[in-house]
Amino acid sequence: MSDTNTESWDIEITPGHKLFDMKLRDTWHYRDLLFLLVRRDFVSFYKQTILGPIWFFVQPIITILMYSFIFNRLAGIKTGTIPAPLFYLAGIIIWNYFSDCLTKTSTVFRDNAGVLGKVYFPRLIMPLSIVLSNLIRFSVQLVLFFILAGIFYLKGMSLMPSPVIILFPVLILIIAALGLGFGMIISAVTTKYRDLAFLVSFGVPLLMYTTTVVYPLSTATQKYPGYSWIVKYNPVTAIIETFRYGFFGTGDFSWGLLLYSCGVTVVILTIGIVVFNKVERFFVDTV
Amino acid sequence: MGSVIKVEDLSKAYQLGDFGTGTITRDFERFMARIRGKEDPFLKIGEVNDRTTKSQSDVVWSLKDINFDIEQGDAVGIIGRNGAGKSTLLKILSRVTAPTTGSVKIKGRIASLLEVGTGFHPELTGRENIFLNGAILGMRKAEIKRKFDEIVDFSGVERYIDTPVKRYSSGMYVRLAFAVAAHLESEILVVDEVLAVGDAEFQKKCLGKMGDVSQEEGRTILFVSHNMLAVQKLCTKGLLLANGQLIDDGDIDGICEQYINSNNQDLRSNFLADDTEPIGDEYVKLLSMKLVDSSLEDVKDIYVTTRFGFLIEYEITNDLHSPDLSFLISSINEDKVFHVVHETGNYTKGRHKWVAWIPENLLNNMEYLFTVGITTSNPVLIHVQHTIVFEVHEDPESPTRNNKYIGKMHGTVRPHINWQRL
Repeated sequence: MSDTNTESWDIEITPGHKLFDMKLRDTWHYRDLLFLLVRRDFVSFYKQTILGPIWFFVQPIITILMYSFIFNRLAGIKTGTIPAPLFYLAGIIIWNYFSDCLTKTSTVFRDNAGVLGKVYFPRLIMPLSIVLSNLIRFSVQLVLFFILAGIFYLKGMSLMPSPVIILFPVLILIIAALGLGFGMIISAVTTKYRDLAFLVSFGVPLLMYTTTVVYPLSTATQKYPGYSWIVKYNPVTAIIETFRYGFFGTGDFSWGLLLYSCGVTVVILTIGIVVFNKVERFFVDTV
Repeated sequence: MGSVIKVEDLSKAYQLGDFGTGTITRDFERFMARIRGKEDPFLKIGEVNDRTTKSQSDVVWSLKDINFDIEQGDAVGIIGRNGAGKSTLLKILSRVTAPTTGSVKIKGRIASLLEVGTGFHPELTGRENIFLNGAILGMRKAEIKRKFDEIVDFSGVERYIDTPVKRYSSGMYVRLAFAVAAHLESEILVVDEVLAVGDAEFQKKCLGKMGDVSQEEGRTILFVSHNMLAVQKLCTKGLLLANGQLIDDGDIDGICEQYINSNNQDLRSNFLADDTEPIGDEYVKLLSMKLVDSSLEDVKDIYVTTRFGFLIEYEITNDLHSPDLSFLISSINEDKVFHVVHETGNYTKGRHKWVAWIPENLLNNMEYLFTVGITTSNPVLIHVQHTIVFEVHEDPESPTRNNKYIGKMHGTVRPHINWQRL
């Protein structure tokens, strides 16, 4: 046997791990898998359907119809100068992207236990594929948003985009990172104890009402000044408000809140990565 | 050459039982011990993994202090009974789970096949699944594209390549999945018992392909299977595991022999004497099982010319619907020789004794497994199943051999055949 101390090894499997070891080189090698998984999600979504990708539109359309009826007509919540359906849609597509990333990532170990228990690939690929798959969904719904905005513009709505709109890619990045971060934290905790999974299944839809999806931030601050901080400091609120402000030129945009959202996202994503890294090595034994 | 896999003091502990409210307090204790820099209190009391005995603690060592080296180009068979730790070892080597202590060092790319068709999506077509499965196994898209025709050709499902795999027969599914895996370009290939599926022809093809991989392409293979013939054919070296510990490593033939012998040692002692603890369920208890001669006396040595019987005594303790007695004689490699079923017709409560006579000049001189079963049909229930080993010795005076030929007669049976001159 030659002296092993001087030999170089390609892979070392040990019980310990580095806190922030993201295995990015490994992940890069598997980039084709990432895109194939995204493709799989997209293709299998509409296999054996007649309408195919059109189904991506149906859910948001029906939702804005419902919201327009309930919150705008019935409850009488004013949406400012922005037409109600457009106001809701702007909030819904952002919120949906966030909540889809979060809920899907939070069950990633359980949903894929079969594959992850049999083959090694960088585990990060799975949550990344979820974020990218949902990005496609998000883009399709964004197209719907533009179509609807176009219709209202032709009907005489004034559309005054503000320069803040150039932040749009950053907003998407933040919202994806935030959903991913929260999802990874929950996924790590639920591999052994599933209690949190129950909280997620009913908590996330309820959480939507603490963001400005169905009402403007100004309304919340006016009516409930004592509680509006809940809405204000929900990191998703700033994203939705910035998005609306960017497109319509009205709303409660503030750099402070946006920076706050960025900060929260960085913290959550960091915690998410650390716990995900820790759990991915042993989850097969406990999931 | 030099070693491509180096395993040092590898151990893996598993927690038994259910996870629930009770486990969180223990997790907390472990956490406290860790932040105070102490040893994990629950690993200390872990014990050897013997699934047949009830354990005292609920941490069990599935692998304990394993050390070995594997050199480049070796085809290594990992052998052991169920629960010996083979699959755990493969899981650690393929990085699906991490060890509790110790380390594994690997040179080169490692591809593992713990299952065929991992990640196959039923809605996608064969073509799409080849790409997806290939990528999951670590291939780049360009690599799969280059080998696509070869893969399809090997699988033999060309006609269905654009059909969703959910419409495939299970055989086609496996063929396609194995074809993808067989075309992996990695220096080390780890294969679990995936060959247990597919028809004989395809199994042969897979074994052939894996043989090519190790012999011609000089790649390293780790192979786990219960099929001793396949292991012996494919591998040059062997690792024998038992209860999570490495018993021996070395030349494959020696390891296989050791495995078979260690099995027999247990089975030999499995003759049930009258005073041993009976085995069975709430309906039937097997009281004793022994080899007897024509006068029902215990017999020690059986020759090919001996007529002998298996004396089986059992007790029916509960109402049963017409139990059947059956036995299976198989070779030591577990190739079945023949199977006999007998309707006892008699199912009253109490003790029953039967003897099954094996005629002289039927079995060859070798070791056999004798498995007895007491079953009922409707619903089919196996109440008792028990295996013993017995050996038949050569008799030079036997009419079934010609003394000019001194080698062992071939085959698993050696019946006395009538010759007639015409």
